[in-house]
Amino acid sequence: MLELKDIRWCLPEGDEILKGISLAVPDGKLTVITGPNGGGKTSLAKIIAGLYEPCGGKLFLDGEDITECNITERAKKGVAYAFQQPVRFKGLTVRDLLELSAEEKLTEDKVCSLLGEVGLCAREYMNREADSSLSGGESKRIEIATVLARKNAQMLVFDEPEAGIDLWSFTNLITAFERLKSGHNRSLLVISHQERIMEIADHIVVIADGKVKSQGSREEILPEILSGNTGAKCPLGKTVEEVC
Amino acid sequence: MNEITGQLLKMVSDWDGGSFSGAYNIREDSGCAGRQSSENIRIENKADNPGIVIKISAKAQKETVYIPACITKGGVDDLVYNDFIVEDGADVIIVAGCGVHSDDEEESRHNGIHRFFIGKNARVLYKEKHIGTGKGKGAKRINPVTDVTMGENSYMEMDTMQISGVTSSDRSTSARLGAGAKLVIRERLLTDGNETAKSVFDVTLDGDDSGVDLISRSVAKGNSYQEYTSVINGNCRCTGHSECDAILADNGRVNAAPALNAASLDASLIHEAAIGKIAGEQITKLRTLGLTEEEAERKIIEGFLK
Repeated sequence: MLELKDIRWCLPEGDEILKGISLAVPDGKLTVITGPNGGGKTSLAKIIAGLYEPCGGKLFLDGEDITECNITERAKKGVAYAFQQPVRFKGLTVRDLLELSAEEKLTEDKVCSLLGEVGLCAREYMNREADSSLSGGESKRIEIATVLARKNAQMLVFDEPEAGIDLWSFTNLITAFERLKSGHNRSLLVISHQERIMEIADHIVVIADGKVKSQGSREEILPEILSGNTGAKCPLGKTVEEVC
Repeated sequence: MNEITGQLLKMVSDWDGGSFSGAYNIREDSGCAGRQSSENIRIENKADNPGIVIKISAKAQKETVYIPACITKGGVDDLVYNDFIVEDGADVIIVAGCGVHSDDEEESRHNGIHRFFIGKNARVLYKEKHIGTGKGKGAKRINPVTDVTMGENSYMEMDTMQISGVTSSDRSTSARLGAGAKLVIRERLLTDGNETAKSVFDVTLDGDDSGVDLISRSVAKGNSYQEYTSVINGNCRCTGHSECDAILADNGRVNAAPALNAASLDASLIHEAAIGKIAGEQITKLRTLGLTEEEAERKIIEGFLK
């Protein structure tokens, strides 16, 4: 289980972006964090992965305080993170990245299987460089595959996985998420605005203006979001009251 | 062939310790440590200069010839002239490469001057690795000169790599292409410490529909310095592309100067050059996979030069 207690994060110039976030991501469950743009969701994901250092609060993974752990240490403890904006590499192939993720050489079949989960025809991609010759959607899917390849990771964080990918691949992604949480007892934290992802969530957390506006089971929160009663701007674009 | 030559051959020629099959000439400390011709590839001494003439007949198809040069001690100043005469329609793989080893204080150098005369419709894959080894403080220098004349519809791919340990290298490559000829050059270069490396390419496209694609990838670490100069001259309906990508680490420096000269309305020439440190986001991404910062940097450089 991942627990965040009173997490705060400030810009270098002092503006407070996250204003005391507390939440829990239970094992074997899919938790969706949603909320309006600029509310602090991506900042929170980067704090979990160790890319940003909080200016206050604590993070616990299975009861262990990981607040002071750096990016590498968190990865070794089982935190995996799919970037919202995938990173391009000149020279490293798609297969190289997947093997680095898996920490072992992968068979062609295994590479195909991983890429197939994100809707890529594997044999066309496995030896391609993960560089700017790939489209945004292709890079995004490969980024997600690098997290799926992390067999020892227990806490998987996806930052807007739906952005830039086509409907067919998105359907595959939903299936992959369902399989991950049910088959491997992994915890999934997905930052998303997508109703279809929220529909498979166990828990939903709404963050706006750097604070948790509401959280609870899908059954409790999703209707609130759809009706605009979360106290936040509706992430699905419906008219709701302003919260800031 | 001495033991050090054997070790160098494993690095520059992927030698497995057995015997070379087919044609080969092994140069060791300015002498010949072994030579064999094949039915389709004849290797002879040059009459006017130190070096060899390699005659590749049209019957050679996907045949390989090995011509590595090794220097195994300090105080050697090796100069060799090798001519490759590739008949019309031949298809050959040439594995060159040079290793300079020194365990003493004296400087050693290899100056290899290669001329290629490539016939019509012939295909050449030229593979060359350079490396310096040994604990000696004497400089290890490699200065290759390559001059290529390509006949109609011929194809040549040059795959060159300087791995490590070469104190200084000064490479000069020139080529003239006839109608329909294609030249592909892939250069990879790694320098560290106080090493210097200079690469000059000068390609002239003289025949309609000829083309060159030149990509140089390099990494300059430590206090090393690299210079890259490419000139593509388009005198006809042709295509030319040069790309220089360099990664800087520590106090490494790179000077890249690509140039294009178009002397025909139908010449289509492009150059690109990018120099910079490893992007921080690349290191961060690999760290999220569990690599340390040092491991991430090493992987990125390995991949870049692969």
